[in-house]
Amino acid sequence: MLLDRRRTNALVGQGASILVTLFGLLILTFVIGRIMPNDPVRAIVGEDATREVYDRVYQQLGLGRPVWEQFLLYIRDVATLDFGTSVRTGQPVLTDILRVLPATIELATFAILFGALVGVPLGVLAAVNKDRWQDHVIRVFSLMGHSMPIFWTGMIGLLVFYAWLGWVGGSGRMDQFYIGLVPERTNFLLIDSLLARQWDVFASALNHILLPASLLGYSSSAYITRMTRSFMLDQINQEYITTARVKGLSTRQTIWRHAFGNIRVQLVTIVALAYGALLEGAVLIETVFAWPGFGSYLTANLLIGDMNAVMTCVLVVGVIFIALNVLSDILYRVFDPRTRA
Amino acid sequence: MTDPILDVADLSVRYPGATAPAVRNVSFTLGRERLGVVGESGSGKSTLGRALMRLMPAADITARRMQFEEVDLLAARERQMLKLRGRRMSMILQDPKFSLNPIRRCGDQIAEAYRTHFRCSKAQAHDKAVEMLDAVQIREPERVYRLYPHEVSGGMGQRVMIAMMLLTDPDLVIADEPTSALDVTVRLQVLRILDDLVREKGIGLIMISHDLNLVRNFCDRVLIMYAGRVVETLKARDLDRAQHPYTRGLLAAQPRIAGDRGDLPVLQRDPAWEQEARP
Repeated sequence: MLLDRRRTNALVGQGASILVTLFGLLILTFVIGRIMPNDPVRAIVGEDATREVYDRVYQQLGLGRPVWEQFLLYIRDVATLDFGTSVRTGQPVLTDILRVLPATIELATFAILFGALVGVPLGVLAAVNKDRWQDHVIRVFSLMGHSMPIFWTGMIGLLVFYAWLGWVGGSGRMDQFYIGLVPERTNFLLIDSLLARQWDVFASALNHILLPASLLGYSSSAYITRMTRSFMLDQINQEYITTARVKGLSTRQTIWRHAFGNIRVQLVTIVALAYGALLEGAVLIETVFAWPGFGSYLTANLLIGDMNAVMTCVLVVGVIFIALNVLSDILYRVFDPRTRA
Repeated sequence: MTDPILDVADLSVRYPGATAPAVRNVSFTLGRERLGVVGESGSGKSTLGRALMRLMPAADITARRMQFEEVDLLAARERQMLKLRGRRMSMILQDPKFSLNPIRRCGDQIAEAYRTHFRCSKAQAHDKAVEMLDAVQIREPERVYRLYPHEVSGGMGQRVMIAMMLLTDPDLVIADEPTSALDVTVRLQVLRILDDLVREKGIGLIMISHDLNLVRNFCDRVLIMYAGRVVETLKARDLDRAQHPYTRGLLAAQPRIAGDRGDLPVLQRDPAWEQEARP
C-alpha cells in the first residue's frame, strides 16, 4: 500500500516536472519568436506593401495586443496543434513537420542503431584490452569518426559506394522512379511501402538509407565507443568483478553478465542524447544526400526568418528531448533496482 | 601435516612498472587447517591471496613451486584455472557493499556460483542457494534470496558472500579481511559462521587480516608478513612468544582493556627487516 502511494507520488512528480519543462519550453519559443531580428509581417506582405496592408496583417497576427495576451493565445494555438502557416512553403507548419520529421526519424533511428551496435561492443572491447593493440586500433577508428566532417565523408561515401561500386542508392529517400508511388500514411517510407506491399520501393528506400545512416551512425559511434570504454573501465576495477572471477567466470562472462549490466543506465543516457542530437542536427548529411528531413527544413526556415516554422521546430526539438528523457528515466528503473521506489 | 592442499615455495609477485616486488620469496604449506596471514597495509598479504588464485593477469608471478593439490598453479592455463576458481578454491572479499553485484539479486549471485560448475537446472541451483543461505544462518532464506545487495545489511551481505564461496565445497578458501568492513557487533557472529563451516567441511582456510586477536582466536598457524616477506611463522597459540622484533612490536602496540593506560609504544622499524634471510 505504502509502496503504491510512493510509486504514484513518483509518477505525479514526474508528470509535474514534464509539464513545468513544457511550459518553460513554450516561454522560450515564444520569446524566440518575439526577439528574432526580423519582421514577421514583412516576411508575409513583402518589401513593397502599403502601410494599410502592413497594419492589417500586423493586427491579424495579434501583434498589437499585450504580450501576455499574445502568449496565452500562443498556448491555446499550441494546445490545439495550430502552429500557423509556413511562409516559405505556404502550408500549415504541422503538415510540413509531419512530412519532414518522419524522414529524419527514419534516418536517425537507423543511424543510432548502427552507432550503438558498433560503438558499444567496440567500447567494451577497448576497455577489456586497455593499452593493447585492440585499444589503439579502436581509438584511431573512433577518432576518425569523430574528426572527419560528416559532409566530407558523405560526399566520399557517395563517390565510392554509389558512383564507383554501385552498392547503395544515391541521394534522396528512394529512386526517382518510385517517388509518388507509395500512398503516404505515416510518412515513414519504410513503413508505408511495407503497408502498401510494394517491396521494390521498400528495397529502394532501404538501399538509400543505408549509406547516410551508417555514416551518421559512424560519427555517433565514435562518441558512444569512447564513453562505453570509460564506463566499462570504471566497472572493471570494481570488487564485484573480482567476485565474479573468483566464482570461475571467464572474462567474457564476467564482462557481459556482470559489468555490462552496470553500465546500461549510463549507456541509455548517452545513446538517448546522441539520438536526440541526430534528430535535430542531421542538417549536413541531409543536405549532401538531398534528404528532405527536419534538419534541412529548420535551416531553410531559419535563414529566411519563417517565424511560425522556426518556433514550431524548436518546440519539436524540445519535446523530442523531453520524450527521450522520460524514456531513459523509465529504462533506469528497468535496469537498476536501486532506482526503483 | 598429511596431504598439503597448497605448497608454495619462493613465491614472488611484481606489479608491472613497480620498482620492488609486492611479494618476495614467500614459502609455506597449507593442510586442512586455518592459516592466518597478518601484516600491515601494503605488506603484500592481499597480493599473496590474489596471486594464489591467479587473479592478476598483468602481474609477474614467479615461484619455485606453487602446487594446489595435483595442479601446478604456475603452469596451469587459464582454462584450467576457470575450472578451479569457484569450484575448488575460492575467496571471500572484504566489503559486501562492493563485492556483490549491485544490480543482481543476492540469491541469483549465489546460484550462479553453483551453475558455473555444475550441470543443473535453474530450480536446482535455486534450491542449493537457499539451502546455503540457511547454512549461513539467514533466517528467511527465500526472502533474502530475492533481495538486492543494497537491501541487506553488511553482516548479512558478508554471509551471502560466504554462502556463495562455500556452496561448491571448495578445498581452499582465502578470506581477505572478511570482517574488516563489518560492525564490531556482527564480526564475531560472521566469523563463527565461517569458522563452523570451514571446520565442518574440512576446508583449508587462509585468513588474511591485520587483526592479531582475530587471527589468534580463529587460526591454527600465523604467517607474519612485512614488506612483501614472511618474517615469522608461528602457531597461533604461541603468538605471545614471537621472536621477530616486528611481530613483538605489533603485539606491544595493541591497546589493552585492563591495566596500564599509558602511551602505547610506537613500532621502531629496522631497515634490516626487509633484507634479512627467512627465519
